[in-house]
Amino acid sequence: MSCKVRIPAPLRRYTGDAAELHLDAATVGDLVKTIEAGHPGFAAKVLDDKGQLRRFINIYVNQEDIRFAGGLGTPLKDGDEVSIIPAIAGGDTSPAAPVDSPAWGR
Amino acid sequence: MAERKAVNGFGGLTPDQIRRYSRHMLIPEIGPSGQKRISQGSALVVGTGGLGAPAAYYLAAAGVGRLGLIDGDRVDVSNLGRQILHFTPDVGRPKVESAAEKLRQLNPEIEVVTHEGRLDSSNALDLFRRYDVIVDGTDNFATRYLINDACVLTGRPFVHGSVLRFDGQASTFIPGSGPCYRCLYPDPPAPGTVPSCQEAGVLGPVPGIIGTIQALEVLKLLSGAGKTLSGRLLLFDGLTLRFEEVRLRPDPGCAACGKNPTIKELIDYERFCGLTPDRGPDA
Repeated sequence: MSCKVRIPAPLRRYTGDAAELHLDAATVGDLVKTIEAGHPGFAAKVLDDKGQLRRFINIYVNQEDIRFAGGLGTPLKDGDEVSIIPAIAGGDTSPAAPVDSPAWGR
Repeated sequence: MAERKAVNGFGGLTPDQIRRYSRHMLIPEIGPSGQKRISQGSALVVGTGGLGAPAAYYLAAAGVGRLGLIDGDRVDVSNLGRQILHFTPDVGRPKVESAAEKLRQLNPEIEVVTHEGRLDSSNALDLFRRYDVIVDGTDNFATRYLINDACVLTGRPFVHGSVLRFDGQASTFIPGSGPCYRCLYPDPPAPGTVPSCQEAGVLGPVPGIIGTIQALEVLKLLSGAGKTLSGRLLLFDGLTLRFEEVRLRPDPGCAACGKNPTIKELIDYERFCGLTPDRGPDA
């Protein structure tokens, strides 16, 4: 038995395109280290340079946000489902992009 | 000649409206009174692209009384694979003009209001106060944080959607009764760290599904039917065709809606998201 980890599309290039991993780990922090060991580069995308979870990425254990539990120290047990959910934004027009038509309301 | 006189016992709807919306009114959770609330309601769809087009399509078809569209883009041929309100002859036209034309043909009973241009900190509060519900169809970080903060400041519910490749996310943020987007993600990623559809692609039906869910959320908010996505983030995986959800909680430390909010007016969201040289976080 192990934890099932859901890898979101933007991070799959760091897991060899795997959408789901099955791993053993005692805590969420250990889980990130375990993924990093098999897929170097992954941890840097999820954690900042202080080792904290980046503020545009959330990790959920059994649908609960670890920020409201024990953070990276949140314990894991066999059968837990872990989801790593980054903010995504697929839209290809940012407000900074040039707009052909006259701006409204300026 | 349209029949405009209200029929008793049908929530004050006209015979034309009763015929048009009969399938809605057969649903116990909607009924004539729910349809009347939809017909008297208003929604602003920000962006008429991959998410906004299907959302606006269904909202117009459902008879949302006043439907606002804001977009500063023109139709490009690369939009046509998913932005279903725009057709090949529309390439080069302003998107709001192209979208409004189709929506008015679809449902002449409703008022379609176009705002050609870009939503920004100078116009968002004034614009949002004119509508009951705001739909984010732009799917970019700067506009999303702008919409979130403007919705918190004006008390308007905000229906969120986002897509990438085969993946989608949706939620509804209701100021005062649930978390806001900043509770979920306090800061945006630095530019270039998260791919866009322009870089990573998106399959047309994925924004269609998420945009349609956004329309459903608006109709529930306006009619009062059912349970919205407030407090939940819906995750769609089109590759395996699975829906999942995670629970969202209000963050007492949230800069927009927490106990001591620091955002009391709209800020420069391009700078906040690092889109201008003099950038804020993660510089």
